[in-house]
Amino acid sequence: MSRRSPLRLARAAPGPGFTFSFDGRDIPAHPGQSVAAALWSAGVLSWRTTRVDGAPRGVFCGIGVCFDCLVTVNGRPGQRACVTAAHPGDVVTPQAGTGELP
Amino acid sequence: MVVGAGMVGAACALHAAAAGLRTVLVDRGPVAGGTTGAGEGNLLVSDKEPGPELGLALLSARLWQGLTERHKLGATAEYEAKGGLVVASGEEGLRALLDFAAAQRRSGVEAVPVPADGLHELEPRLAEGLAGGVHYPQDAQVQPALAAARLVRAARDLGAEARFGTTVTAVLRTPDGAVRGVRTDRGDIHAPAVVNAAGTWGGEVAALAGVRLPVLPRRGFVLVTEPLPARTVRHKVYAADYVADVASDSADLQTSAVVEATAAGPVLIGASRERVGFDRTFSLPVVRRLAAQALALFPVLRDVATLRAYTGFRPYLPDHLPAIGPDPRAPGLHHACGHEGAGIGLAPATGHLIAQCLTGVRPDLDLTPFRPDRFTAEEATP
Repeated sequence: MSRRSPLRLARAAPGPGFTFSFDGRDIPAHPGQSVAAALWSAGVLSWRTTRVDGAPRGVFCGIGVCFDCLVTVNGRPGQRACVTAAHPGDVVTPQAGTGELP
Repeated sequence: MVVGAGMVGAACALHAAAAGLRTVLVDRGPVAGGTTGAGEGNLLVSDKEPGPELGLALLSARLWQGLTERHKLGATAEYEAKGGLVVASGEEGLRALLDFAAAQRRSGVEAVPVPADGLHELEPRLAEGLAGGVHYPQDAQVQPALAAARLVRAARDLGAEARFGTTVTAVLRTPDGAVRGVRTDRGDIHAPAVVNAAGTWGGEVAALAGVRLPVLPRRGFVLVTEPLPARTVRHKVYAADYVADVASDSADLQTSAVVEATAAGPVLIGASRERVGFDRTFSLPVVRRLAAQALALFPVLRDVATLRAYTGFRPYLPDHLPAIGPDPRAPGLHHACGHEGAGIGLAPATGHLIAQCLTGVRPDLDLTPFRPDRFTAEEATP
């Protein structure tokens, strides 16, 4: 891990870390961290495929506008990974196309 | 020459070029930079009462089919003959809707009554408890900006010239008053015929030619949801109140939900109507009402996020009919504007009729109801 992590740069003192599950794998996260940030930190860059061509998608805008980073959280599809906070024990699964209706 | 590269101007340029006329299309902005780019792409016969506008809509529906085959608009402009479904929530509204549909059928519209227990077969996600509806198989949908761009390209393929970013600043007249072209910020364009297809700004172009055409803006918002699975909403679905709202002369806000899916996945929710000039300010109360009305039709949308909303200005004339045809007050000037919220659907018929006027062919429809000089001096003074 680089010593120039954002946590260090901001002199952040986050609470105890936790994990959530993504596609059957444990992903470490800090309190308040977005699902997308935690996935990126764990080296996961894509978690959705497009509806027509099945092309991979992850974070595009990163600020909740583009709806490209949709992911299913605890069975609820269509959640924007970039603005959805991770919680201990969350079950996050990749999403194909536009997912199912809520 | 045609002023305005929205859907109507594009159709006029295409039909003029196809008729063998040397055609120039100008717009101060890009293709579909005005109302065309701010609509939903409704090709509706369902909301038209028997009369001149319905005649225009039926002619257009036939022409749309030909355009779609020739220019592959299904693949390139999301043309989809999905049909419309108009629903009524109560018995009284249903009776009025069925009467309206019966009159439409006598004018050649396919309008099939749907009993309450038949609604979910057509539209499985529709709310429970609606009184019934009418299915309109002739209603269709297109992505309007793409469709306008395809028609402009087709017109260019036939030899038409298109100049964008070119603002008309004056209409040139001969000493005896006939139109002989336009002056633009990029030079003069000489032409014996000028078609005013400037949509909501058609009154300004008419004024440049010294004539009054009282086109005014009627603002609308459209909500865009996140992409949803295909066939969540299958038709153009709207409440029967929509027709009354379209015909209303009130300046106040009217909203009635029109719900339809798009090829890319998002569902569009229209349609509000307000007379507030060219004010583009976002209005949360308006879109909130639209969203609530859409939920009343499709409860499944309750937990769906909206990505954004967009707004545009429908060009309306006092009697809610467009101006189509030559203007006797300025020989050589033709109008093709003021279609209110129906310009995308009515564009092919408008272009076809204008080309007939320009080539001296007797128009397929009687243009008397669309005469640009039909308004009294009072009506023409907004």
